[in-house]
Amino acid sequence: MNDTATDYRVVIGLEVHVQLKTQTKLFCRCSTRFGQPPNTQVCPVCLGLPGALPVLNAHAIELACRAGAALNCELADMTKWDRKNYFYPDLPKGYQTSQYDLPICAGGYVDIPIAPSAHPSGSENSESSEKVVKRIRLVRAHLEEDAGKSMHDEHSGRADSKIDLNRAGTPLLEIVSEPDLSCAEEAKTYLSELRLLMVYLGVSDGNMQEGSLRADANVNLHFVQDGKTIATPIVEVKNLNSFRSVERAIDFEVARQASEFLRTGLAKGQAPKQTRGWNDALGQTELQREKEEEADYRYFPCPDLVPVRLTALQKQTASEQSAATPSHYRDLLIHEHELKSNDAEILIQQGKSVVEYFLQCIRAGASAKRVAVWMLQDVLRTLNDRSIGIELYPVTPTRMAELLTAIEQGKVDTSQAKQALAKLIDGPNLSVDAAIESLGIVRVDASEIESLCKELLAENADVIDKVRAGNTKAVAALVGQAKKRNRNADPRLVQETCLKLIEQMQ
Amino acid sequence: MNKTPMTLTLTALGQQLRSGALSSRRLIESQLDRVQRSNASINAIVSIDSDRALAQADYWDRQIATGQSIPALAGIPISVKDNLCSKVGVTSCGSRMLRDFRSPYDAHVVERLESSGAILFGKTNLDEFTMGGSTETSVFGPSRNPWDLQRTCGGSSGGSAASVAAGLVPASLGTDTGGSIRQPAAFCGVCGLKPTYGRVSRWGLISYASSLDTAGVFAQSVEDIALVLQAIAGHDPRDSTSLPHDVPDYLAAVRQDHGIQGTRIGVIRDQIESPGLDPQVRSSLLEAVEAYRRLGAQIVDVQMPHSKYSIATYYIIAPCEASSNLARYDGVHYGFRSAAKTASTLDRMIEQTRSEGFGPEVQRRILLGTYALSAGYYDAYYLQALKVRRLIRQDYDDAFANVDVLLGPTTPQPAFRLGEKINDPIQLYLQDLFTVGANLAGIPALSIPIAPGPEGLPIGMQLQAPVLAEAKLLSIAAAYHRATEYQPKLPAAFEDPTS
Repeated sequence: MNDTATDYRVVIGLEVHVQLKTQTKLFCRCSTRFGQPPNTQVCPVCLGLPGALPVLNAHAIELACRAGAALNCELADMTKWDRKNYFYPDLPKGYQTSQYDLPICAGGYVDIPIAPSAHPSGSENSESSEKVVKRIRLVRAHLEEDAGKSMHDEHSGRADSKIDLNRAGTPLLEIVSEPDLSCAEEAKTYLSELRLLMVYLGVSDGNMQEGSLRADANVNLHFVQDGKTIATPIVEVKNLNSFRSVERAIDFEVARQASEFLRTGLAKGQAPKQTRGWNDALGQTELQREKEEEADYRYFPCPDLVPVRLTALQKQTASEQSAATPSHYRDLLIHEHELKSNDAEILIQQGKSVVEYFLQCIRAGASAKRVAVWMLQDVLRTLNDRSIGIELYPVTPTRMAELLTAIEQGKVDTSQAKQALAKLIDGPNLSVDAAIESLGIVRVDASEIESLCKELLAENADVIDKVRAGNTKAVAALVGQAKKRNRNADPRLVQETCLKLIEQMQ
Repeated sequence: MNKTPMTLTLTALGQQLRSGALSSRRLIESQLDRVQRSNASINAIVSIDSDRALAQADYWDRQIATGQSIPALAGIPISVKDNLCSKVGVTSCGSRMLRDFRSPYDAHVVERLESSGAILFGKTNLDEFTMGGSTETSVFGPSRNPWDLQRTCGGSSGGSAASVAAGLVPASLGTDTGGSIRQPAAFCGVCGLKPTYGRVSRWGLISYASSLDTAGVFAQSVEDIALVLQAIAGHDPRDSTSLPHDVPDYLAAVRQDHGIQGTRIGVIRDQIESPGLDPQVRSSLLEAVEAYRRLGAQIVDVQMPHSKYSIATYYIIAPCEASSNLARYDGVHYGFRSAAKTASTLDRMIEQTRSEGFGPEVQRRILLGTYALSAGYYDAYYLQALKVRRLIRQDYDDAFANVDVLLGPTTPQPAFRLGEKINDPIQLYLQDLFTVGANLAGIPALSIPIAPGPEGLPIGMQLQAPVLAEAKLLSIAAAYHRATEYQPKLPAAFEDPTS
C-alpha cells in the first residue's frame, strides 16, 4: 500500500446468511435435512403450487431471537413478513418471503479478537499473541426463506439445467454488518466468530461445506487525496462460502479496485454499482451485474402471513438461552481457570462440547492446567486421528479427572498415565484403577521403597558422598537401578527416600 | 313421477335421500343428464368426472341403506369453481396458464365438502384467475345466464351461479374477492354468500388477492347456504389468516323463526339513491325495505362517506397482490410454457410464457400492480390504498354500532349483455361498486334474489353484517324470503321436460 502515491482505507461490510437449525422449513413442515435426493423434501407450499399457503415455523422465531440476543440486537416487539419479488428458476413462487422494514433484530454488534497491530493490509503479525477486541456494529438481522438450487449439467452438451427445491424454504437469518471491517483478515475473523457464536447457541450447525453459512461482501476503498476522502464505487461480492474465499476474494477485490481507481479515477456515484461473483477456481471476482439503480424488488407485506408479536417471555427466554457464548467461555477459561489465551482459544474453537468436557473434568476434581495440557495434547489428537467429536471420545470427563488426579497423587507418573489413557480409550468400560493395574503398575509400599533404597545406598557409597558434597542430583543414578529391581518403584519417591535416608545418616 | 329434483332445494333433497324416496345414484344420473342437455348452452361446468360422481353416489346409497348416521350433505352433488384445487380433474383457473394443471391436493373447502358427504359435481367456469365480472375472460369462453342466454351470468364465479340457477346442482362453491359471488348470484337469481374473511380457509384457493379472497357458497335458498357454510366454515391451521373462533349453528339460526321485530336494518342511502342505479333495481329494493318495515324491523339511514373510494382502493390493492401472487406462473415448474422459438433464453422464456399464457385482463392487472408497487410509487398508491381501506373499515364499524345489518343493491343493474362491457374495463370495474366494500372490510355479505326486474331478469339485494355475524345475516335474509313467500324456480328453458 505504501508504495502507491496515495494511501487508502479498506471498507468492508458483510451480509451473512446463517441457516437455522430447525427440523422443518420456515413456512412448511418439510424436512431441512441436507444431502437428500433432489426434490424429495418438498410439498405444495415450498414448491409454490397454486393455492398453497405458508404457516410460520415458531422454532425459527425462537432461534432468531436467541441469535439476536447474543448479537446484542434489539428484538422487535412486532415483526412482519414482506415479499421480495423477482423471477428466478430456483424461486418457485416468484418472490422470496423476507423481512423488509420491520426485521426481527435491529442494531447490535459482535466483538472480534484482532491482533493489536492489525494492519489494514492484513499483514501477518502474530508475534504478539494477546489480542484486542474490535467491535463490529450490525445494521440488522432478519429472517427469510432460502431459494432452491440450480444445477447446470455441463456434460450433456446442451443447456440442461435442473432445479432441486429441497433447500427452498429453509430458514435463513441474514445478518448485515455496518462497514466496520477494514481488511480481509478481519472479515474472516468476523465470519469465524459469527459462525462460532451460532454453533455455540445451537442456532445453526455452522457447516460451511453444506452452505449453512454464506457471505456476501460489500467492498470499497477510501482514498485520501489532498486531505479529502474519495470513496470508490461499492462492489458487492457474492458467493463466499468459506473462510478462505472470504479472505481471498476481498484481497483480490481490494487490489482490483485500487488499480481500477488509479487507472480511471472514478469515485462512488461516477460509476455504476457492480455485483461480482467470486470464482474460487480462478481466484478472481467476475462481473455479474452492473446497474445504475438498485434492483426494484417491489417489497410489500405478505398478505398470507400475519405479523409476529414477540412477548416479554420470548425475549427473556432468548436472553437466557444466549448466555453461553464463546466469549463467555473465553472469559471463564482465561480468568477463572487461568489458561493462556492461546490455549483457551484452541479449546474454544473446538466447540462448546469440548469446552464443556474441559469444565466437567475440573468439576470432577482435576486441576485446570493439567486438564488443559492433556486435552490440548492427547484428547484433541485422538479426536483428530479418529475424526470424531468429543461426544464420541471414549473416556468420560469423570474418568479423565480420576486419571489426572492419580498423577497428582503420585499413583502414576505421566508416562504411565498416558499408557493408562490408551487402555481407557480402548476399553471404555475399564475403571481407572483397573487400567493402571492392567499395565502391571501396583502401588509400592513406602516401607518397601525404604528398604530398597537402603539396599542401594549400601551398595553405592559414592552417591552418598556426592550428595553430602552438595550434589543432590546424584541420587538420580539410583533410580535406574531401583527400577531394575522393582519396576513399579516411583522414581520421584525413590529419589526423595534416598535423600531423606542420607540426611538421617548424618 | 316425483317433482323434478332440481326444483327442490338441497335441504329437501337431503330429506328425500335420507328417507329413501330418492337414491343418490338416481339423483346423480338425472343431474348428469341435465348437464348433458343444458351445459352446452350456458357453459357453466368446464370439467366433470361422471364415473367418480356415480361411484360416490353408490357409496352413499350403501351407507344410507345401512341405516348409519350419515353426514349432512351425503350423496348431494355440488359444483366447485375451478380456482379451488381438487385432486379430481384439472384446476384451470380459467387460464391457458393452468389449462392442464392437475393439483396434487384438495382445497380445504373441497375436503370439507367431501367429508360432509357431498359429491364433487363438476368444476365451474370463471373469469381468468377470477379477474373479471362476466366470465368473458375465461379460456373456456363465457358462461351464459340461464335466464337470458344473450346475457352474462356475471363473474367471476359465473359458472357456479349459472350451474345452480340452471338446476345442474343445488349448491356450488365460489370465491369472492370484490363481489365475485354476490354479483353473479344477483344476475342469476340465486343466493350467494361471501363469508367473513378468515371464516373459511383459503388453503387450496388459488390466490388472486390474498387479503380479499374468500371462499363462499351459492344455493337456491338461504337455508341451503347455511347448510353448506356449516360444512366449510371453521379454523384451518394451514391458513395463517384463518380465524380460530367456534362455528355457530347456522342452520338453527336460519330455521328459528323468532321474527325480526326490532332488528335494525341500515339502508345505505348513497347506494339506493345512486344516479347510476337502475330504476327497477331501486324500486325493488325500496319494496324490500318496506317488507322489512312491515315485519317490524327498524329502518335506519346509513351514510358510508368513504365508500366512493372503494373501487379505487380495491383496484390498487387487488392488482398489487395479484402481481406477486401470479409471479409463480413462469413456465419453469408447472403449467403452460411457451414453445416459441424466441423463448431461447431464460428471461425470454418467462416473458413469452406469461405473454401467451395470460389473457389481456390478467396482464392488465399484473401491470397495474407491478407499477403501483414500484419504488417511488408504493407510498402514493399501495400505502395510500391501505390507509383508505382502514377508513372504509371504520365506516362499517361506525355503521354497525347502530345497525344489525346493512341493506343495499348488489349490482347497479341486472345482468348486462355479453360483449357489452368487455372492452371497457372501467365500466366493468364499476360493476363492483357496491360489493368491494365487504371485501375491503372483511365482513360477511349476502346477495339474495328479490322481485324480478325488467324483462324478468333477476335482481339481487345485498345484506352485509359485522365480522363473524353470518348467523344473524342469514336469519335476517331468511326472514325476508319467508315473509315474501319466496320460492326458488328454474328458468323455463331449464325446467325438466319430464315434469
